Amino acid sequence: MRTDVKTKDSRPREIVVISGKGGTGKTSLAASLAVLAGNAVIADCDVDAADLHLILKPRVLKQDEFRSGNLAVIRHDDCTGCGLCRELCRFDAVRVSGEEPGQSTYRIDPVACEGCGVCVRFCPAHAIDFPEQTCGSWMVSQTRCGPMVHAQLGIAAENSGKLVTLVRQEARRIATESGYPLVIVDGPPGIGCPVIASLSGASVMLAVTEPTVSGEHDLERVLALARHFGVQACVCVNKWDLNPEMTEQIERHAKESGALTLGRIRYDKSVTRAQISELSVVEIESQAGMDIREIWKQLNL
Amino acid sequence: MIIAVASGKGGTGKTTVSVNLARVARQSVQLLDCDVEEPNAHLFLTGELKAREEVRVPVPEADETLCDGCGECSSFCRYRSLAVIDKSVLTFPELCHGCGGCIRVCPKGALSEKGHRIGVIETFQTGHVSLVHGCLDVGVAMAPPLIRAVKSRIRKGCISILDAPPGTSCPVVTTIRDADVVVLVTEPTPFGLHDLKLAVDMVGELKITCGVVINRVDAGDGRVHAFCRDRGIPILLEIPDDRQIAESYSRGMLIVDALPEYRPRFEELLARVTELSTNERKESHAYL
Repeated sequence: MRTDVKTKDSRPREIVVISGKGGTGKTSLAASLAVLAGNAVIADCDVDAADLHLILKPRVLKQDEFRSGNLAVIRHDDCTGCGLCRELCRFDAVRVSGEEPGQSTYRIDPVACEGCGVCVRFCPAHAIDFPEQTCGSWMVSQTRCGPMVHAQLGIAAENSGKLVTLVRQEARRIATESGYPLVIVDGPPGIGCPVIASLSGASVMLAVTEPTVSGEHDLERVLALARHFGVQACVCVNKWDLNPEMTEQIERHAKESGALTLGRIRYDKSVTRAQISELSVVEIESQAGMDIREIWKQLNL
Repeated sequence: MIIAVASGKGGTGKTTVSVNLARVARQSVQLLDCDVEEPNAHLFLTGELKAREEVRVPVPEADETLCDGCGECSSFCRYRSLAVIDKSVLTFPELCHGCGGCIRVCPKGALSEKGHRIGVIETFQTGHVSLVHGCLDVGVAMAPPLIRAVKSRIRKGCISILDAPPGTSCPVVTTIRDADVVVLVTEPTPFGLHDLKLAVDMVGELKITCGVVINRVDAGDGRVHAFCRDRGIPILLEIPDDRQIAESYSRGMLIVDALPEYRPRFEELLARVTELSTNERKESHAYL
């Protein structure tokens, strides 16, 4: 048996599972792909509603705080109540109680504060502190199918895009250093900042959709995003038999926009059964599992 | 009354609940689609287009004849949306939060603000429902400014229903802030339960009262019910795992139109949400 010779491009490939619309089966599919791959690094980039750990049961090896951004805090003893901070704040984050000028109490609503620092810089009494924020935590773990990097954004915290970037960087670092050929990313729903952070620079995007008017609409926007960032898009339709005509229409439009259609997953109640047993769909006997195996073959990673 | 419909997990039925709630109201109601990354309400409630408006955020623009490349602006900006290279300023509008700080710190008065388009807001009217539809441009990272623009259309004195994006981060917080009551839509699965817990914590952090709608109720197990019971969160409506509902949804039809036997359940949901919000207001008045 010969040892694998590193090819000229030894960087790991990175597949991002994404959907636009939430709840179409990203995490169930990503967990199944991780099991089928067997030797990939897994990254859960849905940091504000992470669920992959419920299936892959990671054993945490290392945990770190995620510190990002700052938050304005008014020191009451030094505040003269001039109200300039409230005037300058573009995010409506300065709250005031009391009517009389000079008698009013000002405070910053931590949820509304965007950490821009305008009030801190321009407060004539220098009465506003600007401490760094802990916005969550991130972890490197071991699972039954490889290392996993995941995170937990703090309650109502900001900077999810930066946390996603951190999780992906760490997953890529582990893959490169330890010679894993593949990184599987479970992405967030939507098309905004955490999705952009999950997608940019990836090798391939696998979009999971469902044959509904919402699924079709949201897929179109995700495919446009993939084109915007120059990432090859693949599409699979979950619960396809719920509306076969819609499935065909979605696949036709996907092909027209340059995406590859990889297959269909049928509506199967064992998907929920697998989730309740804390297993991926391909680890229980199910028809949906067979469909996913076929998609994995088509992906040819 | 402002009702926000949210969920930690995506795809649990926020839009379904929002559009059906709007439809069964017996008075004039506003439905504001705050899921601006993937808005869907218009696929179920189309109507006559009443207004269309582009939304812009203020971003800096440098006057090169005044700028001496001192770098005050770029060292002030927390979002790295300005960089000084070879004594001239480069701006990255997609990173800008529009705080206006750079303009104020520039000692030469070389920066001014211009509008940078992030999306559009369209208003539709169908019967008693006014739909405010916010749609973020593809490639734009920050949804909150557009969500704030959508919410600026809230009219006092009528029922305003906010269809929130999934998750628990800034776009959701921006949406549900100032709501009188939050309806959390979930499903009785491990993912549904896990994300419901996160959503309940988020709503608690914002000190807003909430109730739960359990969708596809017979598809999973009993742990969501047990969680709601333990935390004293009212279950406002249970929707069965009915293939007919899924199929009518797939074609863009409202449950209360396609399957009229469900109409009374959504009427009752609206009544219970109204009651929750009224109790909440009475209680908060008691503290004043």
